[in-house]
Amino acid sequence: MGHLKLVFRSLLPFLLALPVLWAATAVLAHFEMWSFQYILMMAFIDVILAVSLNVVNGFTGQFSLGHAGFMAVGAYTAAKITVAMRGMDVLGLPPGVSDQVVFSAALVAGMLTAAGAGFLVGMPSLRLRGDYLAIVTLGFNEIIRVVIENTPFLGQATGISGLPRRTTLVWVGMGAVATLVMARRLVGSTHGRALLAIREDEVAAEAMGVDTTGYKVRAFVISAAFAGLAGGLLVHLIQLCTPRSFTFVKSIEVVVMVVLGGLGSVTGSVIAAFVLRFGVEALREAQQYRMVLYSMLLIVLMLTRPTGLFGTREIWDLLPRLRRRRAEGGAQ
Amino acid sequence: MKALRALAMATLALAVVGCQKKEEAAPAPSASAAPQAAAPAGDKILLGVVGSMSGNEATFGDSTDKGIRLAVDEQNKKGGVKGKQLVVKTLDDQGKPEEAAVAATRLVTQDKATVLLGEVASSRSLAMAPIADSNQVPMISPTSTNPKVTKEGDKTRPYVFRVCFIDPFQGTVMAKFSRDTLKVNNVAILRDVGNDYSVGLADFFSKKFLELGGKIVSDQSYKAGDQDFKAQLTAIKGKNPQAIYVPGYYTDVALIARQARELGMKQPLMGGDGWDSSKLYEIAKGALDGSYFSNHYTPEDPSPVIQEFVTKYKAAYGSVPDALATLGYDAAKVAINALETAKDLTGPSVREAIEQTKGFKGVSGVITLDADHNAVKSAVVLGIDKNAAKYAATVNP
Amino acid sequence: MTEFLQHLVNGLSVGTIYALIALGYTMVYGVLKLINFAHGDVYMVGAFSGLYLARGLGVDQSPSLFKALLVFVGSMLICAALGVIIERFAYRPLRHQPRLTALITAIGVSFLLEYGFQLPPMVQGGVPFPPGPTPRFFPEPFPRVDFEPFGVHVSNYDIVSLAVAIGLMFALQFVVYRTKFGTAMRAVSFDSGVAGLMGINVNRVISWTFALGSGLAAAAALLVAGSRPTINPLMGLLPGIKAFVAAVFGGIGNVPGAMVGGLVLGLAEEYVAGYALSSYRDGIAFAMLILVLLFRPAGLFGRVRAEKV
Repeated sequence: MGHLKLVFRSLLPFLLALPVLWAATAVLAHFEMWSFQYILMMAFIDVILAVSLNVVNGFTGQFSLGHAGFMAVGAYTAAKITVAMRGMDVLGLPPGVSDQVVFSAALVAGMLTAAGAGFLVGMPSLRLRGDYLAIVTLGFNEIIRVVIENTPFLGQATGISGLPRRTTLVWVGMGAVATLVMARRLVGSTHGRALLAIREDEVAAEAMGVDTTGYKVRAFVISAAFAGLAGGLLVHLIQLCTPRSFTFVKSIEVVVMVVLGGLGSVTGSVIAAFVLRFGVEALREAQQYRMVLYSMLLIVLMLTRPTGLFGTREIWDLLPRLRRRRAEGGAQ
Repeated sequence: MKALRALAMATLALAVVGCQKKEEAAPAPSASAAPQAAAPAGDKILLGVVGSMSGNEATFGDSTDKGIRLAVDEQNKKGGVKGKQLVVKTLDDQGKPEEAAVAATRLVTQDKATVLLGEVASSRSLAMAPIADSNQVPMISPTSTNPKVTKEGDKTRPYVFRVCFIDPFQGTVMAKFSRDTLKVNNVAILRDVGNDYSVGLADFFSKKFLELGGKIVSDQSYKAGDQDFKAQLTAIKGKNPQAIYVPGYYTDVALIARQARELGMKQPLMGGDGWDSSKLYEIAKGALDGSYFSNHYTPEDPSPVIQEFVTKYKAAYGSVPDALATLGYDAAKVAINALETAKDLTGPSVREAIEQTKGFKGVSGVITLDADHNAVKSAVVLGIDKNAAKYAATVNP
Repeated sequence: MTEFLQHLVNGLSVGTIYALIALGYTMVYGVLKLINFAHGDVYMVGAFSGLYLARGLGVDQSPSLFKALLVFVGSMLICAALGVIIERFAYRPLRHQPRLTALITAIGVSFLLEYGFQLPPMVQGGVPFPPGPTPRFFPEPFPRVDFEPFGVHVSNYDIVSLAVAIGLMFALQFVVYRTKFGTAMRAVSFDSGVAGLMGINVNRVISWTFALGSGLAAAAALLVAGSRPTINPLMGLLPGIKAFVAAVFGGIGNVPGAMVGGLVLGLAEEYVAGYALSSYRDGIAFAMLILVLLFRPAGLFGRVRAEKV
């Protein structure tokens, strides 16, 4: 009985999110807000990226600069599978259902290969500290790109085109919810406590008997898996998989989201992802001035909020304070 | 600190709300009309341009945009199309495919563009093509040369067109020319490995060249933005080829040529239309003398279309047009021509009109669109002599 | 053999450039523990200020050694000032904040310079400002003379840039290890808190460090632009990353390490591209770096400091 309750509780966020996403899709379709819907999907993909990177950079205090590399691994795996399975009916299911089954299988495969890549990179390199880890992950990102550009099977510089459009608002929304659930569950668990201990003081954590390297590698693998998910979703949204989508510039963008939101703050990452995506979109009309404004925004935000928007806190940690402040204001 | 936090939160909230409002406002007027293929209301026709206006390839996006705007200004001075003025709206994609997809979606669904023009690079046009197709808005790419851009599997994408050569044609042009005219037996290739245009040309060149009995003695790569190519050139020099095929952009080719000469290599270089820019000669300073490249037209051509274009472009922007500006101009011209001949301004009719394009006299040649929506036109080979391009040969498809 | 020697010459000329840029990274890292992401763009600004100065002095009409020197020193000064300004306004306010914070402002400054220089012109002229995205031709400061000892092609540009680079490195070595300022800099690098207590003006030392590093970046930019005469607003991106790799390779924070790292990287890239697969060049450079780091986690010359418990 208790077991069943547990299953229900872990499924609850998904069950709640599903009707909301369906309703949102219907509303956006009704008002023909196609470009808003598109940007919203991009924002959700950013959320998956930022929150998953936060597991390594925020919770664990390691500095990974190669998130786009794991995205690429997941994206190419998923793309290869959906292209190969195109037009096939799995298990004699009707085409619509079969496509969704293939797509989910492709995404899971992408997550697994990305996790595998995360393990291969993390295992040897997580002994390194700080900036050395950053440069190794950045290097890995570049190596992935170079390998793709030299592999005819992966389409070289042109990449894989003609992917089916499978990503919908529901898919990215569920992906984002899954990432958020993962992050929240992780922080609350023994595992998460160990990660936070590593962040606060690695030597002390080790002295307390925490297997620091083991925990770091596991965090890295989980983070890579979700980057792979984001990659798979992205390429089935733009229907194209090219190395140009996964350069180190993309990795830097994700780091910016995480730091801006606050290292270690899940809701901070979510909000930063939305702010940056919609902010950049609102500035698109500014043409060449867009990125100049964006960079100024970045500098000013960091100067005024040095620990990011939320620091290590979550949005609900701030709410009572706001309430209290209002009470104080009233008393005066 | 607390005040700051509140301020930051407020800004964020505003930013998000601001975006939403804008999005909501835009589609409202046409909500009652047919969902897609709606003819533009009012007295304006919007041409949506997606280009890399910032980032690594900004110089190419900038040129294309200038060419497009020149064509549109010309038409507007003549009174526009069907009594309506043309409006160009350019959205920047920073040279990223996913950004190009967002920009195209915005132009098509929110701004209700009648025609999409763009992108320069195939990798970004490929991201735009499905959007053009599913929203039934015709798209003309000025310079995306990859054959896959107008294809979806084996089918031709109904709404996607281009006015440039495709890689299989342009690659073979230089292969034929070098075998037949230059009588070269072995060549080396130096390609930009991160650029699909360069890789495409190099692949088709080497295929044809081998077919014609030549030999590829060395196949080296560089990356756009590199400043030193001597490592690859030294390796090529050791193989002593009779010519080097460098299908890159002028930004890199000029430096490659200089460094080849500095290493004492006297072989001619060969390339494609990515070379065509006055910058090439400004930077190469004679290092390219004796080299050849395939192009759409020769500036010496006395044809009034070409001369008029070059003069007008110079007057408007103070520089000589490069290949990207020329093709941007032609893409816009083809679009305008189709808008004029189309029976109405809905997507499907404009698409049909573009498909009918036959013998259209563009600057880059006489453009006829074939069943695959590719431009069929002849290429010219230009030789470089005394730091200036001279006509050498014409190659027909 | 000729080919091998030619690769050696090419590799050295690229490697010295990496080394000069890497020095800026490593010095800033030494005193601030900050990866100055904007360093590659300071390098770009160095090239452009050189171009403006050269145009202003009319180098392309009548090149002379004196003018070349003036351009060289002028752009080094401009970049030194730029470095100091960046540090003052973007990094200093964040000095006691988490380290990643300053990294994000560094990225912000980097974007600001890159995209700022790509803007359409506001001030017209021979070369407008901002210059916009088109690549610009950099005038040759003096005529090129080629030598050909043993079939290896060497030009006077290669010799001059090698000599200047080595001269600057020795000068820097002298400054860091033989002067009062150098001692102060090393003290700040070791422990800025204690250095402050010892009466060292930490802020001034950091400002001067930025000035030095940025000046060297400008020097590197001019050495590159003089012999490979095209410059554009994004030219700093790739050399910036490569130099960063070189600095880490040699042990970040270590001055001789950065020089060796730069030279090794330049030579490694050259030989990989020349003898193996040029298409894997970037990848192999990184793979090599990763291997070195796995065996020497603090780079070639870096020391692993004992951890405090």
